[in-house]
Amino acid sequence: MTAMPFKKLRNMSAIEKRNLRWGLLFVSPWIIGFLIFELYPTLSSLYYSFHRYDIIREPVFLGFENYIDLFTDDPNFPTVLWNTLYYTVIGVPIGIGFAFLIANLLNTKIVGRTFFRGVIYMPAIVPAVASAMVWQFLMNTQFGAINGLLRALELPIIPFLSSPAWSKPSLILVLIWTQGAAVVIFLASLQDVPRSLYEAASIDGANGFHQFLNITIPMTSPIILFNLITGFITAFQEFTIPWLLTQGGPMNSTEFLLTFLYRNAFINFRMGKASAIAWVILAIIVVFTAILLRSSARWVYYGGD
Amino acid sequence: MTTVIKKPTTQADKSTDSAVTISRILGVFGEISKYVVLIPLAISFMFPIYWMFVSALKDDPQVFTVPPVLLPNPVFFENFIEAWNFLPFNTFAFNTIFRYVLPTTLITVVSCTVIAYGFAKIDWPYRDQVFYVVLLTMMLPWAVKMVPLFLMFRDWNWLDTYFPWTVTAAFGTPYIIFLLRQFFRTIPNEILDAARVDGANELVILWRIIFPLARPALVVVGLFRFMWAWNDYLGPRIFIRTQENFPLALGIDLLQSRANDVGACVRCLPYLMAVSFLVALPIIIMFFFAQRTFIEGISLTGTKG
Repeated sequence: MTAMPFKKLRNMSAIEKRNLRWGLLFVSPWIIGFLIFELYPTLSSLYYSFHRYDIIREPVFLGFENYIDLFTDDPNFPTVLWNTLYYTVIGVPIGIGFAFLIANLLNTKIVGRTFFRGVIYMPAIVPAVASAMVWQFLMNTQFGAINGLLRALELPIIPFLSSPAWSKPSLILVLIWTQGAAVVIFLASLQDVPRSLYEAASIDGANGFHQFLNITIPMTSPIILFNLITGFITAFQEFTIPWLLTQGGPMNSTEFLLTFLYRNAFINFRMGKASAIAWVILAIIVVFTAILLRSSARWVYYGGD
Repeated sequence: MTTVIKKPTTQADKSTDSAVTISRILGVFGEISKYVVLIPLAISFMFPIYWMFVSALKDDPQVFTVPPVLLPNPVFFENFIEAWNFLPFNTFAFNTIFRYVLPTTLITVVSCTVIAYGFAKIDWPYRDQVFYVVLLTMMLPWAVKMVPLFLMFRDWNWLDTYFPWTVTAAFGTPYIIFLLRQFFRTIPNEILDAARVDGANELVILWRIIFPLARPALVVVGLFRFMWAWNDYLGPRIFIRTQENFPLALGIDLLQSRANDVGACVRCLPYLMAVSFLVALPIIIMFFFAQRTFIEGISLTGTKG
């Protein structure tokens, strides 16, 4: 990165030298920060993932043992992996799909659009700790308000957070409730779709459903891809809501990759194992992003730009 | 979803009066059905926040009643004060505001402006290649850095302080650098070049031209940094250890664990809801006053991705 400018330094004009000096000066905080707070931690995380380290005794080199143990020896890890995949692979597409439909609804002629948009966005910015507290209460099996409503309607009550079968769907429900940012992003992108396309389609006799399928979806597909990718990256690292709502339970059914990492690192002080989990998270994120980007060639339309 | 043919198609043009009436009824029906979806949706999205508030006003018998009490009577406003004083929430609020949120936000805005300017408006060799590294670190999951940062801050005696946020803020936040760079690129070079011809150096340009011009963008990123810090739970969970240094998020968590001790407080659950509501309130108020800024910021992140 610096080799080339140095070689050419002698041939550079006064203005070029001046630009280089100022440019490097301005971005130097980032360069320093990158080396200390990004690059070094990343490399040392990789280092710890090959060691046993309990923060008191010196790290002991283990080779790939942390990784191998996770997949062959750890009784909890397969469950954790399954929980995380369940939560993300089901939760994120539902959440993004829901956000997309709501955004389309809000993009029609609506009285009070700003109000509805605000109401749907608000849960996304309420502190997650506060949300967790009220959802825990709302979803309580005995005296929670949702089951109160179900009782009033003479429907069977749901053990939201106390049954392993319901705990993950319950967390997905909270996930959907916080998709307001995606709604706002979709709405902005829908408003960018040229009106003329819809007008032309109506003249050709295409009905609303066909317009949705053949104009709306292709024209906003880059944003759908963007929301899916960011949604997956966030969901793979979900911590606050499961940690406060269910503490990983019942019966490990909501122990996700990040809560498991946290437990290993900061409760059991197994820094090596925790680092190996972190790299598994990174690997999963990379694979998911790659799959989405690959598939995007087939369904994402970039012609509009 | 509920879109109905608005313009009469060629068929409709030829059709009888009754068919036109039907399509008009369908049109009205379609209009109504939008609100049939949106109004219950808005109510269910707001309900948890409403529930937080009304539960804060109840006493235990009203909280644990089936069916749930929608409007508390009598009302216990004193819950807010009692809950706030049950644990040292004044200290937690002080820590959150003056040790975490404000310094971090201010430092981030200044540092990211400087860095983003260096990436957007000064033309130095390999600038864009270096910028790819910024984008790359944006994708790096924070899970990977968690363990090494903890160990590093432990060695530096930064645990139990707010240095992990305030000091690192000086080195920029990749995501905010990215957003500001996008914004700065829309500022015409002619203005900057004219100033350069007049002998202004880059610092003068930054101070006299960029800061005033970029104010709306700086408000957006400042608002977001503020919100992330205010809502942060996992960060303090890892780096803050003793109660006197807790931010509000950890205070709520502590109150919850206290509330679980039998006999610790009489109106534990109302207390928990009261404090959760009070912590969410500043964000809710900010949203009411700066809804457009929030929405613009969120839309910006999506459409530039």
